[in-house]
Amino acid sequence: MDGEVIRLEDVWVQYNGVTVLEGVSLSVQNLDFLGIIGPNGGGKTTLLKVILGLVKPNRGKVTVLGGSPEKSRRFIGYVPQITHFDREFPATVLDVVLMGLLGRKGLLRRYTEEDRKAAYKALESMEMLELKDRQVGKLSGGELQRVLLARALVSDPKILLLDEPTASIDEPTKTQLYELLKDLNRRITIVLVSHDIGVISAYVDKIACLNRRLFYHGSKEITAETIEETYRCPIELIAHGVPHRVLKRHEGE
Amino acid sequence: MLEILQYEFMRNALIAGLLASVACGIIGVLVVVKRMVSISGGISHAAFGGVGLGYFLGFDPVFGVLFFAVVSALSMGMLRERVRLSEDAAVGILWVTGMALGVIFVGLAPGYAPDLFSYLFGSILTVPFLDLVVMAVLDAVIILVVLLLYEEFMAILFDEEFATASGVPVKRVYTVLLSLVALTVVVLMRIVGLVLVIAMLAIPSTIAWQFSHRLKEMMILSVIITAVFTVEGLWLSYLFDLASGATIVLVSLATFLLSSTLKKVSR
Repeated sequence: MDGEVIRLEDVWVQYNGVTVLEGVSLSVQNLDFLGIIGPNGGGKTTLLKVILGLVKPNRGKVTVLGGSPEKSRRFIGYVPQITHFDREFPATVLDVVLMGLLGRKGLLRRYTEEDRKAAYKALESMEMLELKDRQVGKLSGGELQRVLLARALVSDPKILLLDEPTASIDEPTKTQLYELLKDLNRRITIVLVSHDIGVISAYVDKIACLNRRLFYHGSKEITAETIEETYRCPIELIAHGVPHRVLKRHEGE
Repeated sequence: MLEILQYEFMRNALIAGLLASVACGIIGVLVVVKRMVSISGGISHAAFGGVGLGYFLGFDPVFGVLFFAVVSALSMGMLRERVRLSEDAAVGILWVTGMALGVIFVGLAPGYAPDLFSYLFGSILTVPFLDLVVMAVLDAVIILVVLLLYEEFMAILFDEEFATASGVPVKRVYTVLLSLVALTVVVLMRIVGLVLVIAMLAIPSTIAWQFSHRLKEMMILSVIITAVFTVEGLWLSYLFDLASGATIVLVSLATFLLSSTLKKVSR
């Protein structure tokens, strides 16, 4: 499938009178690997939730795979932030991965043998199959991240949304994860949000900055020279103390 | 110990205790893992309105409690969705509304309310046969629904947002869970009373969680633990002539303290 898979037009989101997203427009093409960076509280998670239809915009239009987000949800794999989870939660790795198939299973039905096979396959692709019976709370950050990725991939999605996938893992694991995503990107469109500019720019092929407003940088700028070039997201670089600019200045700044 | 079973009221008490353990163990685990102990407290106290209604209109208060518990569970689900009210405040409001209504109804009811105390604090020794039937039916409903929605319950317990994103009707499943809590309140009322219901939902399941991290296993464990506590409490209350409901709760508490300490020491 070619063409546009996600389209946001002038999307505004407000929580209790506070504007989180301000006139965000975005177009993601099939098999893009888009990185969205921005400060904490800049609206990155909200943007992903808008694409999933979990947050309704106050204004603007969202189209995913040609339809509404609610309709297209089952073609999206979602990897939320790890911090979200209760470490004592009584579920095994396999239980969690199977949750990725809930939509397909339908209410009042049990998981089928086929579902279980799909879960094994997803775990195997993440090299996590031997831990399938382990309680999720006993996993390391990197392992849990792989399980959540397996859960997102088990339904064979067309689009993968990842929220800060590298937040709680060490450097070698990070590289491994990005290599894995690069590989998946051959058949899946990926949108990844992170405040971790350094690594992201080496793997993604398009980049955008989000701090309430979205600044889209397109693809060409992520070259060795431009990393040296001038750029800042408002607040972003100050907040994270990155000493050099990564991308071009935003227009009109 | 066995000779006490020659009395019919003792046999009924034992059956009631075992029936209650089933509902309590299964739903208690969901309540504890979902962290809705105080919501359950709200539902069980609000259900007192139903006791009053039963006295006032002259029918078996058990049905009033069933009605009030389910209605308050449904309104809890609605308050959470529609009104911008913190869950905490919603629980408080529901809690006192039901109790206040109950007190008013009891006052309006003709004559003296004979076993009001038993609805509040339980009286397992006077469980009528009809209540055993009600308990068994409610147990069956609870088991059936949990079997049918097990995966969905686990999903909303783990991560409501992801469950929504996967297409689970989270709000409806949550409302079903609240309704099951309401049914469990009715089942447990005869054992420990409406005031002490939360203790039985919280304590055995918390102990089960100390020993298992699998939802199914925790449920089975929690049913067994509740059954042991009920029988133990019943026996002690018979031996020392103590209030049965409170004795069961205190036995549970003592065991909880013991297991928590053991758990700490073994670490």
